[in-house]
Amino acid sequence: MRITLHKSLLCTAAVVMVFPLASLAQQTKADFEARIGMESHIGHVTGHAKSAQYDYRRYCVGCHGDRGDGMGENFPWVDPKPRDFQLGIFKCRSTPTGTLPTDQDLSDTIGRGLDRSNMPPWNVFTDQQKADLVAWVKHFSPRFASEKPGTPIQIPAEPEVTADRIKAGREVFARVQCWKCHGVTGEANGPSASTLQDDLGRPIAAFNFTEGSRPKCGSSDQDLYRIFMTGLDGTPMPSFADNIKPDEAWDLVFYLRTLMSEPSKEKAIAKQLGLKPVDTNAPAQPSGQQ
Amino acid sequence: MKNLQKLAAVLMAVMVVLCGALLLTHEVSAASEGKISGTVKYEGTPPHMRGIDMSKDPYCAKANASTSPHMENVVVGSGGGLENVVLYISEGLSGAALSQPATNVPVFDQKNCEYTPHVLAMDVGQTFKVTTSDQTAHNIHPNPNPMTGNIPWNQSQPPGAPPVEKSWKAPEMIEVKCNIHPWMHGWFAVVKGPYATTDANGNYTISNVPPGNYTVTAWQETLGTQTAKVTVSGAAPAKADFTFKGK
Repeated sequence: MRITLHKSLLCTAAVVMVFPLASLAQQTKADFEARIGMESHIGHVTGHAKSAQYDYRRYCVGCHGDRGDGMGENFPWVDPKPRDFQLGIFKCRSTPTGTLPTDQDLSDTIGRGLDRSNMPPWNVFTDQQKADLVAWVKHFSPRFASEKPGTPIQIPAEPEVTADRIKAGREVFARVQCWKCHGVTGEANGPSASTLQDDLGRPIAAFNFTEGSRPKCGSSDQDLYRIFMTGLDGTPMPSFADNIKPDEAWDLVFYLRTLMSEPSKEKAIAKQLGLKPVDTNAPAQPSGQQ
Repeated sequence: MKNLQKLAAVLMAVMVVLCGALLLTHEVSAASEGKISGTVKYEGTPPHMRGIDMSKDPYCAKANASTSPHMENVVVGSGGGLENVVLYISEGLSGAALSQPATNVPVFDQKNCEYTPHVLAMDVGQTFKVTTSDQTAHNIHPNPNPMTGNIPWNQSQPPGAPPVEKSWKAPEMIEVKCNIHPWMHGWFAVVKGPYATTDANGNYTISNVPPGNYTVTAWQETLGTQTAKVTVSGAAPAKADFTFKGK
């Protein structure tokens, strides 16, 4: 009698507490099934969520979990943690901060993998498989059912690398203070680097330009441009779209190349110029001498 | 035992009705000018607010050289008034008062590497502005629960950056952070309908409340919420005072 009394009270308490939360956090199987018709459109390939179930169970479920919440059985052992697809928040986007990525963005991430994480490049998949998986990934989040992806940012044609552009890029690096986290030499040792946390409160490192790693969201010049203009949502990396003009953004891309360990035209020019790391004690608008 | 089950069922029904009441209540006109005012007090010894070491950013340290910056989770004035408490109408409001968001544009400034105000209250759909007065780079990074319909974003604001203008889709108490300066911590308190925030003496006035019976909720970031029933009628402001007790 006493036990059932407790049970009854507990049950009431639980239901009463969970009721307002139910629509916020807990998605039921029915919620997922309602979205099973999710499609993706990448080029002229149409992906169907339903068709990805086999591949997802075979290749993805171990980390991303049955419900796509990133709580697969490998969750405790991997770092960075697997993405929670239910939130609909993604690092690698061509779209502005706070918006959903395009189907192409998600497909690119699957194909590229995420360097320095347990997510390998899934370049063995056909375009159809990737498109199906993109649709499946989208079906986990109610956001894709109610919101449209953001409008991809415009990337103007890449100009010619010049010494002036590299010097101008160095000024942008100083002005928007990339060095606060990435450090003046790009070694991820800026004053704020050690306290960075992701949106879930887990420690996260700034990108180190100097050790030969690939940036997580791609390493082409266009990728670098996109990374700082859209920001990496879910991480401390903000969008600089309001504060760097498109032409200046190319200058910054060229300057970032001079910090990277791979040989490049930019690096050669920087060496010739004897370019020094930015001076963090300089006033907000550095003089541009060098 | 039967009785208990009945009680459980009744409790559930009450919850459902209350939740329903939040969504569907009688229509009222927003044209009239009723007010709700009062004072929010803190009872007991105010908790110690940890000091902030800003030495990692010389600009921030210098800007605060003559003061001793500290956390602002519980700010108690000399008379026991509790600052930064958000007051809003949690029940009884509907119709025009809910469908027209306030048109003024509240400002959230980054000044001396702290948020001013520490808590910015606003209406669902109301445009607000984030500005920076600092000569050091900030990133403005609110972290709402995307399941509510509020989507997290993260924008840089280097020195001289233009204001960021945004609004929120759903009521939610949203934490705001700057990843560059980890001590920076503030709130966007997004509520539905008229609202007010207490001043340094704990005083507040919610304006533009149509006559009617309401539940007023007082929200404090670490002390939680309290509610009071009020009736707004005619010119004299309805009174609702709150007291948060120290732990």
